[in-house]
Amino acid sequence: MVTATQERVRRAWDVLDTVLDPEVPALSLRDLGIVRDVIDHGAELEIVLTPTYSGCPATEVIERSVLDALQAEGLAPARATLRRAPAWTTDWISDEGRRKLREYGIAPPGPVMPDEGVPIRLFRRESAIACPHCGSLHTEKLSAFGSTACKALYRCLSCREPFEHFKPI
Amino acid sequence: MASASVTVSPAPAVQYLLRVGDTALILGQRLGEWTGHAPVLEEDIALANMALDLVGQARALLTYAGSLEDQDLDEDQLAFLREERDFHNVTLVELPRGDFAATVLRNAMLATFFRLLWQRLRDSSDAEVAGIAEKAIKEARYHQQHACDWVVRLGQGTEESRRRMVAAIDQLWRYSAELFSDDAVDEQAAASGLGPRWSELRPQWETEMNTVLQHAGLEAPAPGKFLSAGKRGQHSEHMGYILAEMQYLQRTYPGGEW
Repeated sequence: MVTATQERVRRAWDVLDTVLDPEVPALSLRDLGIVRDVIDHGAELEIVLTPTYSGCPATEVIERSVLDALQAEGLAPARATLRRAPAWTTDWISDEGRRKLREYGIAPPGPVMPDEGVPIRLFRRESAIACPHCGSLHTEKLSAFGSTACKALYRCLSCREPFEHFKPI
Repeated sequence: MASASVTVSPAPAVQYLLRVGDTALILGQRLGEWTGHAPVLEEDIALANMALDLVGQARALLTYAGSLEDQDLDEDQLAFLREERDFHNVTLVELPRGDFAATVLRNAMLATFFRLLWQRLRDSSDAEVAGIAEKAIKEARYHQQHACDWVVRLGQGTEESRRRMVAAIDQLWRYSAELFSDDAVDEQAAASGLGPRWSELRPQWETEMNTVLQHAGLEAPAPGKFLSAGKRGQHSEHMGYILAEMQYLQRTYPGGEW
């Protein structure tokens, strides 16, 4: 038997699947893996979000669009809370999200290596990033940072197209 | 009146967190000055992105520090309405941005420091601080990689780029002593488990920085007696100017929003 709470929470997750990330509109918040929990407190719903980067300027916009979308579906009142730990990682991007990224022209992130505590290696060789347009591994990095903190700029040496790469963090 | 200055609690935990938060904030402000002025577009974007990460880390720390000890101060009040003596950033970050070599060297020194500090703060007895560190360490490591690669490129680059790196080391290195000079604030943080004494980070910091300098064909100067004291609120003559610019809008139009 499905309780009213379960039904509300399920509907909320469906709504979150329709709210797009403002910086990478190919992905829904659910694909991105930043919605950590939906809790029904009876009087209101709590949506637990985790930030992608400390300085991500989209965080506030995301909170607002979540609340607006829930309200439009009659699920208000709701509030959004921030949970920092465990920290968001690109490993939480769903397979569906990775497919959408590639279709959108962004090379999805590879698996994250847990190397935060290890000293850096200077001019470290990075594994080849496949071009999202033609699939070639013959690509090169143009810039370590891109239009947003989460991306780097690459170009494909086979099809000559530039593309963005979602950095693994 | 809303624009009146705010003062912060002298509690050691608050001071400790402001040292970290203010250092990130003021470095972020300095890096932001490069926007539209960096030597190449890729570095313009890189410096702006790193500034954004640092300001984001500062926001989290200031928000939390302002909530301790019944203070009820928000991040904006702390950033825009404190006076110079109440800022606890290390002096190194408030120095003028200098040329690209100085910017790259300072970033390398601080990103290395921050990565080591965040690593320890992940084990903080304070869950909020540990959570902030969990996120920030990934960013600091990426900054460290980027800045240290540049130190090597400039050190091994042309005669001109090497000359500028040598000058940057001459100018900035002496300010690193402050990063590792402990006082009662560090002792209290170590005792409560909030965070490490900053001096504990020194051996690893020196190892990593020396590796970078060695690859770059550069050398760290011998330690001297100079000790800056920005983290204790005693700032250089540059601090007033950076605050004047950073705080101008909120001081002039109290509570202004966009």
